[in-house]
Amino acid sequence: MTAAALLNRDLLRRALPGITLAILLVAIFVKQPMAMSQFGLTLIFQYAVPIALATIAQMFVIAVNDLDLSIGAFVGLVTCIAGLYLPTQPLLGIFLLLLCIAAYAAIGALIHLRNLPSIVVTLGMSFVWAGLAVLLLPTPGGKAPDWLHGLMNLKVPMIPFPIIAALVIAVLVQAALMHSSYGVVLRGTGGNPKAVARAGWSLLKTKMVMFGLAGTFGVLSGLSLIGLTSAADAHIADRYTLYSIAGVILGGGAFIGGIVSPAGAVLGALTLASAGWLLGFLHISPDWQIGAQGAILIVVLTLRALISRGAVR
Amino acid sequence: MGTQPGQIVSLKGVAKSFGAVRALAGVDLAVGAGECLGLVGHNGAGKSTLMNVLAGTLSPDTGAIEIQGRDRAGGYSVTAAHRSGIRCVFQELSLCPNLTVAENTRIMHPALKGFGWKQRAGRLIKEKLDEILPGHGISPGETVGELSLGQRQMVEIARAFTVTDEPLHLVILDEPTSSLDAATAKQLLDFVRREIARGRSVILISHLLGEILQYSDRVVVMKDGKVVAERPANEFDRDSLVAAMGTVAEHPATPAEMRAARARTRAPIVVRAKSALQSDDRELVAHRGEIIGLAGLAGHGQTRMLLQVFARSVGKMHGAEVQGPAAFIAGDRQTEGIFPLWSIARNVTVRSLPKMLKHQLVDAPREAEMARSWQQRIKIRTPDMDNNILSLSGGNQQKAVFARALGSDAEIVLMDDPMRGVDVGTKLEVYDILRAEAATGRTFLWYTTEMDELNYCDHIYVFRNGRIVADLPREEMTEQKILQSSFQESA
Repeated sequence: MTAAALLNRDLLRRALPGITLAILLVAIFVKQPMAMSQFGLTLIFQYAVPIALATIAQMFVIAVNDLDLSIGAFVGLVTCIAGLYLPTQPLLGIFLLLLCIAAYAAIGALIHLRNLPSIVVTLGMSFVWAGLAVLLLPTPGGKAPDWLHGLMNLKVPMIPFPIIAALVIAVLVQAALMHSSYGVVLRGTGGNPKAVARAGWSLLKTKMVMFGLAGTFGVLSGLSLIGLTSAADAHIADRYTLYSIAGVILGGGAFIGGIVSPAGAVLGALTLASAGWLLGFLHISPDWQIGAQGAILIVVLTLRALISRGAVR
Repeated sequence: MGTQPGQIVSLKGVAKSFGAVRALAGVDLAVGAGECLGLVGHNGAGKSTLMNVLAGTLSPDTGAIEIQGRDRAGGYSVTAAHRSGIRCVFQELSLCPNLTVAENTRIMHPALKGFGWKQRAGRLIKEKLDEILPGHGISPGETVGELSLGQRQMVEIARAFTVTDEPLHLVILDEPTSSLDAATAKQLLDFVRREIARGRSVILISHLLGEILQYSDRVVVMKDGKVVAERPANEFDRDSLVAAMGTVAEHPATPAEMRAARARTRAPIVVRAKSALQSDDRELVAHRGEIIGLAGLAGHGQTRMLLQVFARSVGKMHGAEVQGPAAFIAGDRQTEGIFPLWSIARNVTVRSLPKMLKHQLVDAPREAEMARSWQQRIKIRTPDMDNNILSLSGGNQQKAVFARALGSDAEIVLMDDPMRGVDVGTKLEVYDILRAEAATGRTFLWYTTEMDELNYCDHIYVFRNGRIVADLPREEMTEQKILQSSFQESA
């Protein structure tokens, strides 16, 4: 009886990100029945893929008890590199993007070796990324390579492409982080780093892997973004930093303790991507929209806290 | 001396220092195959440091480590220890609370990988748990954070005895039964004996002397970073073990002490507090001008008692009677004691600022005057009290923390093992100040893990498991009595 109740609570907590998104979608459909079509959903989730990828990047960093305040600026830089070099000098462009990923892994190493607060390091790095992006591309411009543009605007019968892409991302990362044997070590680093080190694993390596993965998904986020917009802009993704953190938390993650959920993070990103539309349909002025998104976040977190407290009792 | 055949581990002359503190002063230790070695000693005797050296988490400054006859002093690490079949269950738990029981097993075993690793890890840990504790009710898929403390301890111990591709020769168990009830503890220790019958070796560290005497083959006693006694377990009994752990020196009462003891009955009571866990009617009582010692093993409720008294003094709690304002001197200087970004002067005066106001603002000359006078009284060694507090040595930082409490209006001073990591010279200076302050009517409640410091106290309460278990006036206090009460078993 109590075990069943506990199971239900656990199930409820895991299902919360999905329930939140479902409620949001139902509200959108009620206000605007036209949205309930392939075209409507494609439009609503238009930017869901880059946001979901940035959220996954953030999730890797949060999983090892750090926070990345530079992901938005980083995604902006990636769009600039991609827009400027990929169509004309693809090899140079790919090299620069790989360099960006290596830089992320190096930041992870720096944070671990010098025991620095990640918030400070990544806040500093956000200015570095933004500065580099502005140097590369002082005014919005550049051009997405055709293959990228084609991929991001793929038409699939029946199901909107962004939803398929989000599903693929969720399944792949879920399998890699939650079910592979090395994924356990990576998450253990967030749960009890001392225990992981005492079992003979290198914390330096796990931190570098996690930051490297964050860089990789940041690059993917930037590529998918320019595939959608077809022009690059240094400040195009500034809001992604907060979106990604909110997405991880909405998806059932916690700031400390290695508690994350890739599937939840993708759902959280979809929720954030569609929340703006609902607020628009409700005729809430854009000035209030950010505040209203914050309110949604607080409501969901309160619900989660209530469920957890019930479980403890 | 060569290594005898059948020896798993042999340490020779292992020494390790942390700054000025000598944790291990040349230790020789050997463990044979199929042997249970009991290791006992008071707090700070060096047991944990020694075990960390064996487990590969700390490297010794000097000395030789031989594993199965091979010298491993150079490049000995956690990985090397695991490969040589040495595992350690540390006193504070080493499980990841966000992972499941099976996943935590995987962390220990690099070999658990590839397809189906989760099932294999789950089966491995479940079989071992079933063997140690039938009917344990722990499922491999459960998240460790949701298990009780006792269950976590069981999982960690079971995990240490699981075998994949690496051999298993020696398991170090540091206080393995601290979160277990008596019946479960017995099941665990019976399992340990079965493992030993299979030729494995165990080092058992416990403050429950009954466990040590009953389950070990040989007992090693450590004190001050050295091995002071080593005999087969059946040649020890409780009393001789306790005697070996401490120096049995009687402190004859001096006339001054007799005076203090007499004064106890006359001076008014300023603190009366009872622990929430106390089942009998023992309570802590302090009279004005007394230095009260809170003794016992670390973490047995002394700090909680001090916090209880402090909370009462600021009117937050019931369950204690406190007459007069109290000040708290933290032992963990870096996290609770100092304000690291402030000057020495401000660190000293912060508690007294409300008394130095002029037009609702701090009167700077009076603040500087207080800082200067305490610099002289307590001899804080600095050219300028306006320097940052971190410019001082550790001992002088702690003096500033003392000055903050002594310079305040507090009549009761609560000290949470404040001399941790302070050099001897500073300690002696502070002891003198304490005695002088007590003579003027201040009352001190002093939790200390150092036996020597109890000699400065008028009255001593020994704590165990959150309760007061002994109540000794100064003239009756001996190290042996304190050890006896600290290690007594509840069963």
